[in-house]
Amino acid sequence: MADKFDEATQKELSQFVETEQAQARLHQSIHTFTSMCWDKCITGTPSTRFSRSEESCLANCVDRFLDTSLFMVKQIEHQREQARYQ
Amino acid sequence: MAARKEAVMNQIRSELALANAQELMNKTNEKCFAKCVTKPSTSLSSSEEARTTCLSRCLDRYMEAFNLVSKVYIARVSKERLNERDSV
Repeated sequence: MADKFDEATQKELSQFVETEQAQARLHQSIHTFTSMCWDKCITGTPSTRFSRSEESCLANCVDRFLDTSLFMVKQIEHQREQARYQ
Repeated sequence: MAARKEAVMNQIRSELALANAQELMNKTNEKCFAKCVTKPSTSLSSSEEARTTCLSRCLDRYMEAFNLVSKVYIARVSKERLNERDSV
């Protein structure tokens, strides 16, 4: 086994791993959205290119999913606040 | 030492890239099988040209969808980040 990395290198590596993990989480979300929105928007047999409506459906699908997610967070916060004042 | 550090970094990078590619392959396989092989017959190629055409188009479209989704998602994430900064 080779020598251990010095402290500065260890720090740099852990920083690197953290960034790579964030990147991996981002990729994972993109896989999930692609899969979900593909099922919702691409209903016909695949052709040589997307139709206008398929393309905009895919884009809207991602944005509306994120809107939904933000809405849910707000709604739950709101309900918790209301419960506190009862 | 620096070379060893680079080696570790490159290994991590390539393992993550591999995992990403594998995920994409599994997904295209799953989605395009569902779309194009609705009634499996004994072979993919025998009088099944339409099917392989469907599969290769489906693969291209899935990749395109993946790129589109990632563009839209990344744009949204940076937009939200800007909003957050403005509201603080």
